Amino acid sequence: MTATFVGIPPFPEAAREAAGNAQLRHNLRRATHTIRDRRAAVVGELDDWGRLRAAGKAIKERTLRHLDVHLERLEAAVTAAGGHVHWAADAAEANAIVTRLVKATGETEVVKVKSMATQEIGLNEALAEAGISAYETDLAELIVQLGDDLPSHILVPAIHRNRAEIREIFLRTMADWGRPAPADLTDEPAALAEAARLHLRERFLRAKVGISGANFAVAETGTLVVLESEGNGRMCLTLPETLISVVGIEKLVPTWDDLEVFLQLLPRSSTGERMNPYTSTWTGVSPGDGPQEFHLVLLDNGRTDVLADSVGRQALRCIRCSACLNICPVYERAGGHAYGSVYPGPIGAILTPQLHGAGGMSAADAALPYASSLCGACYEVCPVAIDIPEVLVHLRSRVVEGPGHRAEKAAMGAAGWALRDHRRLTRLQRAASRMRDLVPRHLPGPGAAWTSTREVPEIPPEPFRDWWRRTRGAAAGGAR
Amino acid sequence: MTGSRERVLARVRAALADVPADERPEDVAVVRDYDRAHAGGGEAELFELLADRLVDYRASVREVAVEPGGDAGAAVGAAVAELLAGRGAGRLLLPPGVPADWTGALPDGAPALLRDDGLAVAELDRADAVLTGCAVAIAETGTIVLDGGPAQGRRALSLVPDRHLCVVLADQVVASVPQALARLDPSRPLTWISGPSATSDIELDRVEGVHGPRTLDVLLVRTG
Ligand code: SF4
Repeated sequence: MTATFVGIPPFPEAAREAAGNAQLRHNLRRATHTIRDRRAAVVGELDDWGRLRAAGKAIKERTLRHLDVHLERLEAAVTAAGGHVHWAADAAEANAIVTRLVKATGETEVVKVKSMATQEIGLNEALAEAGISAYETDLAELIVQLGDDLPSHILVPAIHRNRAEIREIFLRTMADWGRPAPADLTDEPAALAEAARLHLRERFLRAKVGISGANFAVAETGTLVVLESEGNGRMCLTLPETLISVVGIEKLVPTWDDLEVFLQLLPRSSTGERMNPYTSTWTGVSPGDGPQEFHLVLLDNGRTDVLADSVGRQALRCIRCSACLNICPVYERAGGHAYGSVYPGPIGAILTPQLHGAGGMSAADAALPYASSLCGACYEVCPVAIDIPEVLVHLRSRVVEGPGHRAEKAAMGAAGWALRDHRRLTRLQRAASRMRDLVPRHLPGPGAAWTSTREVPEIPPEPFRDWWRRTRGAAAGGAR
Repeated sequence: MTGSRERVLARVRAALADVPADERPEDVAVVRDYDRAHAGGGEAELFELLADRLVDYRASVREVAVEPGGDAGAAVGAAVAELLAGRGAGRLLLPPGVPADWTGALPDGAPALLRDDGLAVAELDRADAVLTGCAVAIAETGTIVLDGGPAQGRRALSLVPDRHLCVVLADQVVASVPQALARLDPSRPLTWISGPSATSDIELDRVEGVHGPRTLDVLLVRTG
């Protein structure tokens, strides 16, 4: 696997390219709308969704405000249960730790269950350099790996591939990696899944080392939790002799009972299911059941920089459900690759620049906070109530305070001037309404980068406040 | 303990400089006014909901009714024999602690019974089906939880064979996720199962059965 995100063009450029790719756009649209509808249906089943969401937010807040305490508790509990805990300040250190642990087993092959943390640190590439082959076992990750490609969606990384493309990839590449695809493979999803099952089974059965991430780590009990659908996670967590889990330090929850909130919030928000097919929990090692050697690698890699920003900190509440991606009009058109990061979509737009640190925002990072129309849909669906628009605006101001970016600075100043005074805003909106036929579909100047892949939103014929007063004014009791 | 433990912890503490020094984790309020359960009603309603949700996630459900004072084990045994009769005999994997009754109605050697006493993975792979009990079943979500207790065994047993027959007893059924967690012991390895394994990775078409069992048969045992 040679594809990496390094050297990916900044968002506006990549988004323009992706938005022009009709197949990608079609797949994305269909996928995001399907998951969106499913999510809405199962969220609607729970009358107490708002209260669960508030509790989820509060539990993560409690975790983050006392992260040091919870990390030490987790370490003690995992150790007491027979596991080993390692701390990695950055990607290089995490990769070195995992490489050393795998080498100590004498193995040159590992099986992996989808993990964004290991993708973030480029673990597969680091292992390859050390002569260790890492096999991805999620169907989508397998498609991505075989296609020497990059994932484009947190949950459905191969969302940008259709069935014909997948068939072609399997036929062409499976033989190089192990059991070949059957010559008469059709492009039926069931047939493709069967080919993947057979291809991976022999690998699972002989695997001695498994590598995973975790959705949650319970500080009180030392329990790790992985949610999945296909059973490849269970294979990786259960069959090998050694298990290495790389977990971001923000994945903690304080207590076992806290899971009652997240095991309701996460499946419904992510795949739109009441419960995902499989959830595994384990605490250290259990004699006679599963890996007898367990290593937990706690990963910082920029997370403490995010934690240090009291506004941006809330991004660490994220449970990676991908609801914000599926609802986002920008993501739907631009696709995941345009974000040039493991973390795409609205959450990526606030997490990536922060993870890369206050000091060193690259041009690509600095563009990300602008990859949004601030419509607020992401906040509405977020199960832990991360105010993504608030963080975006906050990060934009951080970008503006940095060197360069005079034009944006001016634009922000103008917006502030308009928004501070509602009469001024109303006047400007009315003016815009009158002139709406004159507004070009694509903005010139500094707005061009964004609007060249995206049409300027239609300006309504009359401002909302005016419309409200005209149509509901009397009923609303003279609301201004 | 290796790596940058002190460095990471120091960075965390420095990042949290805005948190008052005397604040404790419990001081950050968490209001738990969400519902303990969404489904109400008695045992009958919960059973119905569980069956409905299991079917919704494409498990097959078989209700095993037992007369008050009747022999539940024998009733399960009869149901197991019926479920396995239709398909070729093959091998049935049994975790330690499966009551003898559950397999009592099976014809001799069909299927062959494979008892787990630490079988190698390759042996597990030769089993056509596995018969287990469970620890808890959650009606609202159609979930069965195995905790490695009696009649469940180690996690690999319910993973490697292509078919999983799971017996759920009346007193194992709870309404909700919070109720289930309260009953479970975090120190045991747990497997939560909601329907057969599935993927939607190819154009979001749901395909049942990737790596876990492709068929999940749930036997709901109800007295009265
Ligand atoms: S930011 Fe919220 S909605 Fe987006 S992936 Fe994270 S938890 Fe889900």
